[in-house]
Amino acid sequence: MGPMDDLITEFIAETRDMLDALGGEIIAWEAAPADRSRLDEIFRFVHTVKGNCGFFDLPRIRGLSHAAENVLTDLRSGKRAADPALVSAVLAIIDRIGELVQELESGETLASGDDEQLIAALDQEAGETKGETAATTSMPSIRSNLRSIRLPVDLLDRVMSGVSDLVLARNELARCLRESGYGAGVEAAFDRVSATIGEIRDAITHTRMQRIDNLFATLPRLARDVADELGKKIALEIEGGDVELDREMIEMIRDPLTHIIRNAIDHGIEDEAVRREAGKPATGNIRIAASQAGNQILIEIADDGRGIDGDKLVARAMASGLLSQNQADRLSAAQRTALIFEPGLSTAGQVTAISGRGVGMDVVRANVERIGGLIDIDNRPGLGLRLTLRVPLTLTIIPALTVQLNGQSYAVPRSTIEEIVRVKGGAVAIESLGGSSIATIRGRRLPLVSLGAALGVTHQEATEDQCLIVLRPAGTGIYALAVDKVSDHEELVVKPAAPAVMATGLYGGTTLADDGRPILLLDPPGIAATAGIALEAGTFDTSFASTATAAPEADAKPALLFMSLCGVKRIVPLSAVERIEDVPSEAVQISAGRLHIALGDSILRLQGCGAEAAGRAIRILRLSDGINQVAYGIGDVVDIVPLGTDILPAATEGEVRGVTLIGGEQVEVLDLFHLFEGSATSEPEGARRICAIPAEDHWMETILGPVIESAGYRIVRAGDPGAEMADIHLVNSDEISVKPCIKSGRVVKICSDPEKTAGDAIHRYDRSALLDALADTASGRKSRA
Amino acid sequence: MSILYLIVQLGGERVALAAADVESVIEIDTLTPVPRAPAHISGLSALRSRVLTVMDCAKSLQLDKVDGSRTGGEAVVVTHDGHPYALLVDAVEDVVEATGEIAPIASNLAGGWSRAAQGMIEADNKLMLLLDIKILVAGPGVEALC
Repeated sequence: MGPMDDLITEFIAETRDMLDALGGEIIAWEAAPADRSRLDEIFRFVHTVKGNCGFFDLPRIRGLSHAAENVLTDLRSGKRAADPALVSAVLAIIDRIGELVQELESGETLASGDDEQLIAALDQEAGETKGETAATTSMPSIRSNLRSIRLPVDLLDRVMSGVSDLVLARNELARCLRESGYGAGVEAAFDRVSATIGEIRDAITHTRMQRIDNLFATLPRLARDVADELGKKIALEIEGGDVELDREMIEMIRDPLTHIIRNAIDHGIEDEAVRREAGKPATGNIRIAASQAGNQILIEIADDGRGIDGDKLVARAMASGLLSQNQADRLSAAQRTALIFEPGLSTAGQVTAISGRGVGMDVVRANVERIGGLIDIDNRPGLGLRLTLRVPLTLTIIPALTVQLNGQSYAVPRSTIEEIVRVKGGAVAIESLGGSSIATIRGRRLPLVSLGAALGVTHQEATEDQCLIVLRPAGTGIYALAVDKVSDHEELVVKPAAPAVMATGLYGGTTLADDGRPILLLDPPGIAATAGIALEAGTFDTSFASTATAAPEADAKPALLFMSLCGVKRIVPLSAVERIEDVPSEAVQISAGRLHIALGDSILRLQGCGAEAAGRAIRILRLSDGINQVAYGIGDVVDIVPLGTDILPAATEGEVRGVTLIGGEQVEVLDLFHLFEGSATSEPEGARRICAIPAEDHWMETILGPVIESAGYRIVRAGDPGAEMADIHLVNSDEISVKPCIKSGRVVKICSDPEKTAGDAIHRYDRSALLDALADTASGRKSRA
Repeated sequence: MSILYLIVQLGGERVALAAADVESVIEIDTLTPVPRAPAHISGLSALRSRVLTVMDCAKSLQLDKVDGSRTGGEAVVVTHDGHPYALLVDAVEDVVEATGEIAPIASNLAGGWSRAAQGMIEADNKLMLLLDIKILVAGPGVEALC
């Protein structure tokens, strides 16, 4: 869907919402045509519709709304009096607009084109044509082909569990068919059933997934309101909005997250004077970042405020009788900080309207734990606080590796796996050191954990199939896990296990294998902790953690080995790979002369494949240079291996930089510079000109926004950080009372009434004048001022 | 007011569970063990597409007579705190209707019974203990939770 389609959809949805809301007003106005407030409501509707459709090619809606607006303006100014005939004529127009919007949505064409007649009815004096106008008032008969509907999550759950049952039943049927033997016809039919079930399962899983953007979108407003109320300045940074998570889970973390942000602004960020004294910037910074780590979603909320005062907490805990002096003395710094989660302890000097409402961090933690999540706390007194919510991805499908131990299957999240090596393959040496084991894999020494020992299950030593799985759980160190056998890669639907099972700290959840047996999903960090391996804990600065765990092999970096679409093995440094994705066929298109794919709301240049890839489903690597992303089409992922510096340069410049040896085979190394060269789709933020728009103007943001952005501007809302320094300020001249805070740049007034464009105001639908104004500023001239 | 109860056999006694809390009764044959889980968790079992955590009630109540861990048999399916559980019992008898009030227990109960018993009911002209499903799920060491 192109941006224009998005806009149309937005327009349709908005208009329909307004029509729904207007339903009651229309009836009330019909009963009392002189009622001014009803009249205003209806005027606002046609006015907005007229404004919104000015940007689309919708002459009929525009004509109708324009005519109705004129009449209503007369009514409002008292030039005309409302009589039943006129009311009916206006209502007929509103109904027609409803029908046209409906038609726009369903793609059908409305045969009757008697708009002129409806418009003419408006101008007829009272009493002239009684019968006719009444006849034109018809409600839209069929509401068909709606593009979106609301469903209770409950219903989706039922469908989901029905589909899961279906998958299991299919598997059982497959076994029966295999055992009893069947003809080719049955086989083909069964395969079709099987494939269809697979598709349904995929689709239903996706219906439950939502981008976390939906939750994050409300946060800037919340932060602004809270900060305004407290007279503080806050800059809110949000990252990782495209992480997907279960819809229900998003609802469940909404309250805790909101509360944490309120707390951060209220209790964390100091007053401006205090901040200046402490040598901090006057504007407090709050950073919210979402990321996926295995079967968990991490949501980090970091502020640069005062942190938690452990001493104060201890004093309060003692005052409330929660702690004795003796106990207090023995608390570690982390335990002192963790007192914040005890009921009834708040460090705020005074109870405020924002967060002192009796809802404390204890409730936040309880809410997060109820959904199988955890809160990590990283306190830097005086420097800031970082809270990390770890919530499970319930009902989401995660790729996993199933392994065997003592005849039982367990699943390991694939995202934590770095490599798999066979013990008998000769590449591994296992040594015992003071009761613990160390595995040496290609010169790299790793702590070795026997899964059998970690789970307390006795099992025989070194079988023929025994494998080591090298695990690198997010934010921690690396270790090798010994299992009896590696069975399969599977996509598993993971659900949280019962609290007593989760409390062992070894498992991330439960899932069902294809044969219907329950499988436990192992939690790699938990297993390491149980086995007593000290993994480097996550630190305040995550970049530090990654340098601390750098591979010991000099200059070798982990790299992804894959089969290219032309059937050659190629390799790319893992650090450049954001993720691997399967892209549906409709997202791959030749547009603007080259291959592009649409992912979420961004468009990436697609490389690594020829024009024949257009319109085909494809697997891609999302590569990132930190600012820009490109997509690279691949066949299959082969492995993750260390990539040394021993690379023979390629003969010609291209997407391959050279060739290297991996496991005795020649492998082509991708040239990242070449891939990113010229793909800078967006200029760095700072280099783009900034256009400030009023904070609460839906029209400007939705309808005008894309026009402004395509003219090369970055949009900020008035009141947001940086808004006062914008290059151009759009203000709504209809609401002159709202004076934006402006320090530099030029002001362009936009007015909604074409009659009032006197002076420097520009009519909101005058596209060319708007673009001129934007271009003037862009080229640095100030001719219009 | 009459209330329905499910009568089950447990540790050689007939005890009652509130039928309103019971989803179904199933026969468990295979269990997926959960290493390092508390002793009263027998393992996991699948009921259609749901994973049931199977609790050994005799272990939850720390009844003396239990030897070894049970790996199958009749179980009562309940949902507690959003998670489905199967409570393994010796046998499931029947659903009965009891008209009287839940009476306080008139004597000292032995061991685990005292933790799990909510009271006595009279059904089939016999007195029976009414067990708290929450305690059966939580197992020993439940004091901390109550």
